[in-house]
Amino acid sequence: MSVVAKKHRIALTGNEAVAQAMRQIHPDVVAAYPITPQTEIVQIFSSFVSDGLVHTEYVPVESEHSAMSATVGAAAAGARSMTATSANGLALMWEILYIASGSRLPIVMPVVNRALSGPINIHCDHSDTMGARDSGWIHLYSENAQEAYDNMIQAVRIAEHPDVKLPVMVCMDGFIISHGMENVELLDDKVVSDFVGSYKIDHPLLDIDNPITFGPLDLQDFYFEHKRAQAEAMVRAKNVILQIGEEYAKLTGTKYELFETYRLDDAEVAIVVIGSTAGTAKVQIDKLRSQGIKAGMLKVRVFRPFPYEEIKQALSHVSAIAVLDRADSFSSIGGPLFSETRAAMYDAEKRPLITNYVYGLGGRDINLAMIEKVYQDLLEIKDTGKLKQYVNYLGVRE
Amino acid sequence: MALNLKELASRPERFSAGHRACAGCGFPLVIKMVLGSIKEPIVAACATGCMEVTSTIFPYTAWEIPFIHNAFENSAATMSGVEAAYQSLKRQGKIDKDIRFVAFGGDGGTYDIGFQSLSGAMERGHNMVYVCYDNGAYMNTGVQRSSATPRGSHTTTTPAGKVGKGKQQYRKDLALIMAAHGIPYVAQASVGDLVDLARKAEKAFNVDGPAFLNVLTPCRLGWNVPADSVRDIAKEATDACFWPLFEVENGKWKVNYKPKNKIAMDDWMKQQGRFKHLFAPGNEDIRREIQEEVDRQWEALLKRAEEA
Repeated sequence: MSVVAKKHRIALTGNEAVAQAMRQIHPDVVAAYPITPQTEIVQIFSSFVSDGLVHTEYVPVESEHSAMSATVGAAAAGARSMTATSANGLALMWEILYIASGSRLPIVMPVVNRALSGPINIHCDHSDTMGARDSGWIHLYSENAQEAYDNMIQAVRIAEHPDVKLPVMVCMDGFIISHGMENVELLDDKVVSDFVGSYKIDHPLLDIDNPITFGPLDLQDFYFEHKRAQAEAMVRAKNVILQIGEEYAKLTGTKYELFETYRLDDAEVAIVVIGSTAGTAKVQIDKLRSQGIKAGMLKVRVFRPFPYEEIKQALSHVSAIAVLDRADSFSSIGGPLFSETRAAMYDAEKRPLITNYVYGLGGRDINLAMIEKVYQDLLEIKDTGKLKQYVNYLGVRE
Repeated sequence: MALNLKELASRPERFSAGHRACAGCGFPLVIKMVLGSIKEPIVAACATGCMEVTSTIFPYTAWEIPFIHNAFENSAATMSGVEAAYQSLKRQGKIDKDIRFVAFGGDGGTYDIGFQSLSGAMERGHNMVYVCYDNGAYMNTGVQRSSATPRGSHTTTTPAGKVGKGKQQYRKDLALIMAAHGIPYVAQASVGDLVDLARKAEKAFNVDGPAFLNVLTPCRLGWNVPADSVRDIAKEATDACFWPLFEVENGKWKVNYKPKNKIAMDDWMKQQGRFKHLFAPGNEDIRREIQEEVDRQWEALLKRAEEA
């Protein structure tokens, strides 16, 4: 593939990479509030504002609730608008998340994944964004700082696409990605600026010659139609995400799809995973492959819309699957990724056996030995044809 | 020339007829006076509440200007985002018009659930006016007490009963709290004096920075008064010194109206069904204490105005 854009390889943390993406996207308004481990993003971005590197109006709000409220106001007004958060901050935004998506506002928000209280904990798991999975936002997850950077830039185009007009969360693992230093390839400022283009919405509030009432009372006679249209936008988002991914690949050489597969084509046992754990799993898969074990992986990038048909096709040849959830849904039947994956596989001609591992809550480490244990269990399931249990907890003292 | 009713009446309507507020409701007057007080274009926000649910039932709207409703507690934060967008786009040369911003909220959405959002927006210095239409309770959900509800008032969550005597606490002095934010302009107004309200709104729009107006807006249902009495009841609230008209310009306090014949709180309260139980035998002490508190607050206000 011919790659047109020049890239600059520098060492950055995930937070730094996301802040650089925000600088290059150059939003008109950022309204944000500090929370660990996201704080650095808004600190770094504030320094860009202070140094005159961006024309952004930075609104240092008094809470995340106001951060999302002001972002909704700014986006409706006709400004490209962003905020950023983690965990409890996302929870405090909850009410307005639904108003942002229901109002079809193309807001982009990096979320640095952190465990939700209580008990209070500042480290990584996915309980924050998984809890917001039905809020009508598109959810893009990142394996590393590079993906977080690339997802941010693509997210702007996805959110603002006329077929979509929905807000996007760009999720990355707290501390593991946000504070881990990696080599990241940045694009030229102008390349990003040309890629994202200018922000346009159909009826900005600030168009005073064409006044619009935004956020009216919507009763039994219209609410349902508006929600139906919103559901359809989420269906359409899938193709848009793929189109934008292709366009981005022409610039960078890296193709982003709905999910990434790793040594999955001929795999007999596979795991389904989200986020930084995929990097660890790839190392373990290589080890297992060198021992002749046909291990593979599917890493979900797009959780909303959930690519059920594509996942079904990608996994239908596998005998035994383990879904790794870095969040419990307390449903008594495992985590959210398990529920979705298992539902997607229901229509497979030959249904694989599927089990669930909840792991890594509150930043608990996941290592190669744990992932090896999961594959050993999968091999036993494959050989015996039997699941011992649906839900397992990995790396916890019982 | 100072604003007068003739001039106000000659300006184009920015809030149309056909909204579904109750007959005799005060807040349509508040909206008309505030939006009519200046000729420049205005963008308005509103908290969830009576004002929003009666004026924006999709696909209809009474707002002839750009309007945004987000949620209950975030009218100020929402407008701060709109204003930030304006500042950004103006700086980039994408907008060249002089646009003004106003956020409305009832007392529930302002004194209580939206208090933090309001305080934050005022402290950050957004160039916007916040207008609280204070009707003294959560009227949209059916008359529940708020921190603006006056002492003794019957509400559905402080009902007068065999033991209960209505709300036990005095109302929060929100204008004083907003003045403590050190913003350029704070005023208390009332639907009882529409010209005073419009002049204050005009001043509020023309200061550089945030401004706050607290407007007494009686609710005929919640106060249990006749539909045609709302403006009179509001006017008498001022004559009783329960709701003084004042303004604080750059920290300088000024009382706009001193009643020549101060009305007793008993005379004001006895016209309202919400205070009916206080006139049963045995409640004289509560009424006396309410009068004493109103007197104390009035003296404190006069003192602030003299000291300035």
